[in-house]
Amino acid sequence: MELFTNQVLAGIATGAIYACMALAVVMIYQAIDHLNFAQGEMAMFSTFISWQLMQWGVPYWGAFLITLIFSFIGGIAIERILFKPLAKAPVLTNVAGFIALFAIINSSAGLIWDFTIKQYPTPFGSAPFLGSQLISTHQAGMIGVTVLLLLGLYFFFQYTRIGLAMRAAASVPESARLVGINTSWMIALGWGMASAIGSIAGMLIAPVVFLEPNMMGGVLIYGFAAAVLGGLTSPFGAVVGGFLVGVFENLAGTYIPGVGNELKLPIALALIISVLVVKPAGLFGRHIVKRV
Amino acid sequence: MTTLLNVKDLRAYYGQVQALHGLSFSLNEGSLVTLLGANGAGKTTTLRAICNMVRSTGGIEFDGKPLNNRSTESIVRFGIAHVPQGRGTFTNMTVEENLQLGAITRKDSAGIVSDIERMYAHFPVLKQRHTQQAGTLSGGEQQMLAVARALMLRPRLMLLDEPSFGLAPLVVRDLFGILGKINREDKVSILVVEQNAQLALELADQAYVIETGRIVMSGKAKDIANNEEIRKSYLGY
Repeated sequence: MELFTNQVLAGIATGAIYACMALAVVMIYQAIDHLNFAQGEMAMFSTFISWQLMQWGVPYWGAFLITLIFSFIGGIAIERILFKPLAKAPVLTNVAGFIALFAIINSSAGLIWDFTIKQYPTPFGSAPFLGSQLISTHQAGMIGVTVLLLLGLYFFFQYTRIGLAMRAAASVPESARLVGINTSWMIALGWGMASAIGSIAGMLIAPVVFLEPNMMGGVLIYGFAAAVLGGLTSPFGAVVGGFLVGVFENLAGTYIPGVGNELKLPIALALIISVLVVKPAGLFGRHIVKRV
Repeated sequence: MTTLLNVKDLRAYYGQVQALHGLSFSLNEGSLVTLLGANGAGKTTTLRAICNMVRSTGGIEFDGKPLNNRSTESIVRFGIAHVPQGRGTFTNMTVEENLQLGAITRKDSAGIVSDIERMYAHFPVLKQRHTQQAGTLSGGEQQMLAVARALMLRPRLMLLDEPSFGLAPLVVRDLFGILGKINREDKVSILVVEQNAQLALELADQAYVIETGRIVMSGKAKDIANNEEIRKSYLGY
């Protein structure tokens, strides 16, 4: 029983990270109808920035904050430079854009910081949380930061005018323009926020997976699985999906013979495919009828 | 009376296809003008061209200022509220959020709150349903919401694209009654595009008849309604 509780709690902790990545993916998907394959690489690059800042002597939370701002501006810049011109381009052109972005960021990180694995600090420590062996302080910190972030985002989208404008721009762009919303900048803002959310996920998971240019590959696949499971059209679903995938991944690794650590990733892929076959809109998503 | 909207030699294009062929008309401050015509005559395109939602050439002046080459979202800031065909409801948001979105360019939060109450007084059914998802409203209610959303801008000019579309006759009467009231009491100028010519002519001061992208007839709404020849050849009733 203790093993079970332990695995569930650890699953919730990594699930928090998947939830962040899924949320970032969904935010961009809502805005431009494309999956950002480079979301993980953007998060990885941000994490390297924070690491570099700490190497230069900036304290953890200072580096955290600067990285958030950097990621936000970086996300907006990527949208303005690369994806705004592609807004009316066919799907495959966009996909090529995302893959290019993936490769560029991955290689640049390798070029600047090389491909060796680096230790990444945690501000929470890794002692047992409140004296319990079930969960470490860092895992508790991951959950805590994610919950704060989600509450903040909920408040932003429900109770601020700019949040309302962003939702309007994502749901009915033409009507949004007709009430005076600059939808183009709302998309850029969405990119900035998605990028910043991803950077939080990167900085929280880096002490666990270690820092290196390919650190987010697996995480992003789980994030995609979470987004698909919850429904790509539902931010709430993406978050629930993230936690579910985290717990499911851990329990499958522990209890299904032969899965272990090595086969956890294929489980995420199997999950994506099963959801797409059985319930393509996901648990909380809306069915979208598209004119062709 | 001063001219609020002046459209001169307007030509509009969908890709290579020209939809408007040099259309000119004007609207006086405080008046209610209707554009009539059959399906495909170019009524909707005219409204879309005013808000720069379709490529066009020619002169569009609002209160003496040219609107050409401005973005759709910046034209709203002149005080032009456009209720598009199909109502443009934000269906997955609540009724109240829809109203707030109508006022999203305004800065006076106290005024917005009191205007929402004013809309609930105009349209009591919206108050009953203010926390409901707008997509769950009936067609008539959604049209009321669309008009209320447009009024939240405190517009000087309201553009309405076939407000009667898909509504029961009684609901249409109701709606047109409200539009007349808004025009008289709130001094909002209105340009309404309609297929229901009879009803639109009862409401309007001035009417223009469009055929294949050109104005073919214009005059006082009363005169056009009373002219049997025009009615038979252009308006089909």
